[in-house]
Amino acid sequence: MKNISRRQFLEGSGSLVVTFSLGALAARSAAAAGPSKAALPPLAAKTVAPDEVDGFLAIGADGKVTVYSGKVDLGTGVRTAMTQIAAEELSVPLASVEVIQGDTLLTPDQGPTFGSLSIQNGGMQIRQAAATAREALLVRGAEKLGVPLTEVSAKDGRIVAKESSVAYADLVGGKELALKLDPKAPLKDPATYTIVGRSVQRLDIPDKVTARFMYMQDFKVPGMVHARVVRPAALKASLLSVDDREARKVPGFVATVRKGDFLAVVARTEWGAIKAAEAVKASWSDWEGLPDQSKLWEHVRSTKIVRDDVLQKVGDSAEALKTGKAVSATYDFAVHTHGSIGPSCAVAEVKHGKITCWTASQQTHLLVKQIALMLSIPEQDVRCIYIEGSGCYGRNGHEDAAADAVMIAKEIGKPVRVQWSRADEHGWDPKGPPTLLDFRAALDAGGMPLAWESEIFIPDRPPKFAVPLVAAQLAGLPADVAHPGSIHQSLAIPYGIPNIKATAHTLAETPFRPSWIRTPGRLQNTFGNESFIDECAAAAGADPIVYRRKLIGGDRRGLDLLDRLVAVSAWKPRSRDAARTGGDVAVGRGVSYTHYELVRTYVGAVADVEVERSTGAVRVKRFFVAHDCGQIINPDGLRNQIEGNVMQTVSRTLVEQVTFDRGKVTSIDWVTYPILTFPDLPDVKIDLIDRPNEKPWGAGEPTTAIVPAAIANAIFDATGARLRSVPFTPQKVLAAMKSA
Amino acid sequence: MAKTIAFQLNGRQARVRVDDPEMPLLYALRDDLGLRGPRFGCGLGQCGACTVNIDGEAVRSCITPVSTVAGKRILTLEGLGAPGKLHPLQQAFIDEQAVQCGYCINGMIMQAKAMLDGNPHPTEEQIRQELGQNLCRCGTHLRIVRAIQRAAGTVT
Repeated sequence: MKNISRRQFLEGSGSLVVTFSLGALAARSAAAAGPSKAALPPLAAKTVAPDEVDGFLAIGADGKVTVYSGKVDLGTGVRTAMTQIAAEELSVPLASVEVIQGDTLLTPDQGPTFGSLSIQNGGMQIRQAAATAREALLVRGAEKLGVPLTEVSAKDGRIVAKESSVAYADLVGGKELALKLDPKAPLKDPATYTIVGRSVQRLDIPDKVTARFMYMQDFKVPGMVHARVVRPAALKASLLSVDDREARKVPGFVATVRKGDFLAVVARTEWGAIKAAEAVKASWSDWEGLPDQSKLWEHVRSTKIVRDDVLQKVGDSAEALKTGKAVSATYDFAVHTHGSIGPSCAVAEVKHGKITCWTASQQTHLLVKQIALMLSIPEQDVRCIYIEGSGCYGRNGHEDAAADAVMIAKEIGKPVRVQWSRADEHGWDPKGPPTLLDFRAALDAGGMPLAWESEIFIPDRPPKFAVPLVAAQLAGLPADVAHPGSIHQSLAIPYGIPNIKATAHTLAETPFRPSWIRTPGRLQNTFGNESFIDECAAAAGADPIVYRRKLIGGDRRGLDLLDRLVAVSAWKPRSRDAARTGGDVAVGRGVSYTHYELVRTYVGAVADVEVERSTGAVRVKRFFVAHDCGQIINPDGLRNQIEGNVMQTVSRTLVEQVTFDRGKVTSIDWVTYPILTFPDLPDVKIDLIDRPNEKPWGAGEPTTAIVPAAIANAIFDATGARLRSVPFTPQKVLAAMKSA
Repeated sequence: MAKTIAFQLNGRQARVRVDDPEMPLLYALRDDLGLRGPRFGCGLGQCGACTVNIDGEAVRSCITPVSTVAGKRILTLEGLGAPGKLHPLQQAFIDEQAVQCGYCINGMIMQAKAMLDGNPHPTEEQIRQELGQNLCRCGTHLRIVRAIQRAAGTVT
């Protein structure tokens, strides 16, 4: 009876109803979970409901704890952090916890792994589930031991009384906990933590440095064949004809798959698929729908605006702008690609009408919906299983490779592995959209802002969080509308200015499939905000940190953060631009700050740069970061993330931009889309502000937001030139110095 | 017209039968010999994820035709060390937690191995230059350099 009521509950709540052949899939899932095969509880009863403790946790007969996480580790260390959180709250040793991630049959839908929300939201759901379980175990343990509840405690996987104890396994081992997740279950006092807050070594690293780790790209199933997709000559070119006679001569050739403009070749071996893809002759129609790159910003500015969203409104900025000293600036931020080092890869299998797809997708639950939509089949017939791939920094090509694999597997009736080429990844992953930002301010006699107006021009954001699958688009099958993420965020400013208006103009179209790439929108918007506040401070002749402090007002955490930044960077206040060196190499420092989305992580940075006057080359020498994301789960893991934010964004700021002609992306490898590497990257010094009694906030993105402005402001400090267009290429630096 | 190519792989004899002698070594190692260390990143010799050591040199296996390695000594990350008998570089990468996604790390370690064989005590600047053609997208660079410095202190 119990199972029936659970199923009714699942259907009622709209969650995935379990209808797979469970035995075979359980074995697969254990294989997919990684080298240490967790003992899985019986699957027939596994709920994925996010309000059931059993959705998130299982305690095995051997006392091992399995955590089911809808959030996945994209190479950020989140799996280790989730293990710490669950072990701490459940009072079990770290080694007895295993985490299963992103398997739509087993893990609750906790939303895509994006937005620096894995710990903040996903981890806190798991913490609450663990707390609920622990409280129930205390009750059950006290009963079993025959002592009052007040005399037991939880320790090392046991309920302990004065003279007796009982193992969790003996209380619930192998059975369901059958508990509703209690959002009010008391949490452990952080002062008693022994696992959370420590720099536990990451669980995946030993396997990753000994080639034992199984990435998505390593995954195989029996009978699997290999496919490569043959991409159109231009983004929206139509496939006119295919001649695969030469491809058929490749040893091991299996099939050519054509669905509308979707074209792929299949072979028994990976190399055979690559050769067959090269040998196939496809004829495509002309398509030249992209804007002229040299006039990209005119194009963006003239694109039809479908809606204006006012994101922040204080006072009457229009009126106030008529007074005081006027300052204005326009900024732009280039189109970026994710640039994952390993191109996207997926394996799909269709059996008895049911689809299983192994994928490195950051959003397996959403991918199930998208695949079901593409093929017009029920969502229950699709299962997506996460396997970690090469790092992804937002919605890159993983989901598209998954759709490719599903499409091909369905056509040929065999399990298929699709490996994207480097050109596929650079040319066909969805892009960070081009962003244009206008700013205006009026300063009072003391140089402080009386009014502040900002306007951004960004792609439209329909209600659903999805980037359409390229396979569905090419094959002419149903696909979601493009969605680039909440890229209006962080345009609102953390400063107390009497008159503010921040407006997002959403555009009817954008040149490429828009997507979220690390710190989507917040990066571009904070580049504008923090560059422009620096311009205001310079116009006022004020020290930029003193200036910001005045505007932060009473936000104690913001002020603390700037104090710590001053200390870690040994910032010397100055009333005007520091003396600039006279030689060819100009030296400067710049500062940048944000209170992420105005509701979470505080982060500030100081950049030290050198600018070679004769060439315009910029070298970022050092970054100092002060970071407050509340409670820290794993300090070293956090530092690793902050360093990564800085390195990646210095590269994005100085050198990166997608190039294109009228039909296609032309930056399709690492020569045409270079990224910075060892000789050109800065040293980083970090001051972590730990607040164990506060909520843990996200750290995967916030530091990225403040990097470009810190560099731009340092270049201004060094040369007097304002860099308002990312990337800061030597040509732009030379031009800015000329007009400074 | 399949052809057999024999070479030494991680200290043992290995042979592969290939239809195409121009097939890059990477596919022989990954698909025919079942290795995971060398990774596909670009197929163009631009990123370094596929790096293996051939007769002591760091080589991009994604652009090295398998026919050219007949009779040579190939070392991959698998052959460098394993749990329980880690190579100092592997231990140093763990000690420094010098991994994020780790997809590039095979190349970082194998490039460093070849460097340390010739120059056991490189300066930080030499390490940065030596790894200049190995791409990392997660931004783990500082830790990778520190890990190699740490290993260099113990490698003889």
